[in-house]
Amino acid sequence: MAHPATLGAARAALAGGMTEVAIRAKAFGGTPVLGPVAFSIAAGDVLAILGPSGIGKSTLLRIVAGIDRDFEGRVTRPDRLAMVFQEPVLLPWRSALDNLRLVHPGLSQSAARAALDRVGLGDKGAAFPGQLSLGQQRRLALARAFAGRPELLILDEPFVSLDPETAETMLMLTESLIAEARPATLLVTHAEAEAARLATRILRLTGRPATLAEDAAPGQGGADDKGEGHGRA
Amino acid sequence: MSPEARGTGALSLAALLGLWAVAALLTGDAMILPAPWELVAPLLQEVRSGELPRHLGATLGRVIAAFLLAMSIGVALGLVMGRSARADRWLDPWLVVFLNLPALVVIVLCYLWIGLTEVAAILAVSLNKIPNVATVLREGARALSPDLDAMARVYAMPARTRLRHVILPQLAPYIAGAARSGVALIWKIVLVVEFLGRSNGIGFQIHMYFQLFDVAMVLVYALSFIAVMLVVEWRILQPWERRVRRWRAA
Ligand SMILES: Nc1ncnc2c1ncn2[C@@H]1O[C@H](COP(=O)(O)OP(=O)(O)OP(=O)(O)O)[C@@H](O)[C@H]1O
Ligand SMILES: [Mg+2]
Repeated sequence: MAHPATLGAARAALAGGMTEVAIRAKAFGGTPVLGPVAFSIAAGDVLAILGPSGIGKSTLLRIVAGIDRDFEGRVTRPDRLAMVFQEPVLLPWRSALDNLRLVHPGLSQSAARAALDRVGLGDKGAAFPGQLSLGQQRRLALARAFAGRPELLILDEPFVSLDPETAETMLMLTESLIAEARPATLLVTHAEAEAARLATRILRLTGRPATLAEDAAPGQGGADDKGEGHGRA
Repeated sequence: MSPEARGTGALSLAALLGLWAVAALLTGDAMILPAPWELVAPLLQEVRSGELPRHLGATLGRVIAAFLLAMSIGVALGLVMGRSARADRWLDPWLVVFLNLPALVVIVLCYLWIGLTEVAAILAVSLNKIPNVATVLREGARALSPDLDAMARVYAMPARTRLRHVILPQLAPYIAGAARSGVALIWKIVLVVEFLGRSNGIGFQIHMYFQLFDVAMVLVYALSFIAVMLVVEWRILQPWERRVRRWRAA
């Protein structure tokens, strides 16, 4: 249901896993927030979007994810999506294990346990989200995102309000999970360092209504030099 | 419920019984207010003759039927109104009309239009309760988390899973609240419906003993149903609420 019928033809024409975004405008009640914003992400690429608070980063992600349909333009996305929200957004009334298995009905009990193990929550399968620390909840949200083998992974500031050590653990975890599953990844962040480590390409949202500016980087597009950051993973 | 809370509940009921006994002694006239122990003999007689179980069963059946009907329609209506501003604009005036329609008017009209039938009786009771359930559930639907909604949408959760594991757990406190006040209201209206147009049930018996001015029998029938409702509260409603709240306590 994340795919409007109108996009069907365009999607079929694309090579598998390609994400195409072509937004012309987005406004909230007459106030323009986004201007023309266009980019594409191929499988295995990590596109980071930087920008100050309130510029429209989350708004852009919600459009790409298909949560917000009220905009001008079009978005083509693959079938299997995953998103890590600014907050963990778990089901508080279901155990950690059920939080994985209800969202991914195809996931076996042992696969779900393995996914929890992977993020260091192997012994927390029966715990409710309220019994986990924020860092643990974030890791559960990360496990949930990767458990579905996503073709497009969207991350909205997944490491904010964590202590530096936990943030570093999360960052390393994300790096290796991306390297294994190789989804097309769209990452939003305030932190330049984070972007530099994870991304193969960095774009910046500026202006009002916001548009994209290529990050000041040598060569064409910065994809080449940022590739090293990813290679480390 | 902890043993301590249960003990307090029993003690509080005993105090009410004591108050009644004192009032009966002060009245000194069993025709007006019999003491609690003076009801034991008529109660046993009604149980032995099979009258009490028969009428109790009839009333209980109506309460359950009207309750299920009112809850399912009320929950569905409330969900639609809470989720769609358009549906809310259309249905809200209806809700206000039905909320303010006196129970007696609904009952009399149902009997006049449909006839003195079981269908009319249960429909009349449900109609009295539906607007109330819908109002409570509309609040619940308005309070549904948009974040969880977005999550369910991104991960393309199937509609049934979404309803059962995302939406209903959020509505559970509202459903429990509507059910709790619903059972109490419904059984009172069922009695009126039986009083006016049925030939069995607690309400019918109370009607009969009212005409005979038999206060003891009126009390026997009323109290035996209250006892049934207390059992429902303690054995069904409260355990269910505890179960759905488990994650909060954890
Ligand atoms: N539902 C909404 N209704 C009206 N305005 C909104 C709505 N959501 C966001 N906005 C406005 O759109 C702008 C962009 O918001 P957005 O949440 O996308 O910012 P952001 O770049 O993600 O910021 P942050 O880094 O603080 O998360 C803000 O000015 C915000 O006030
Ligand atoms: Mg944001």
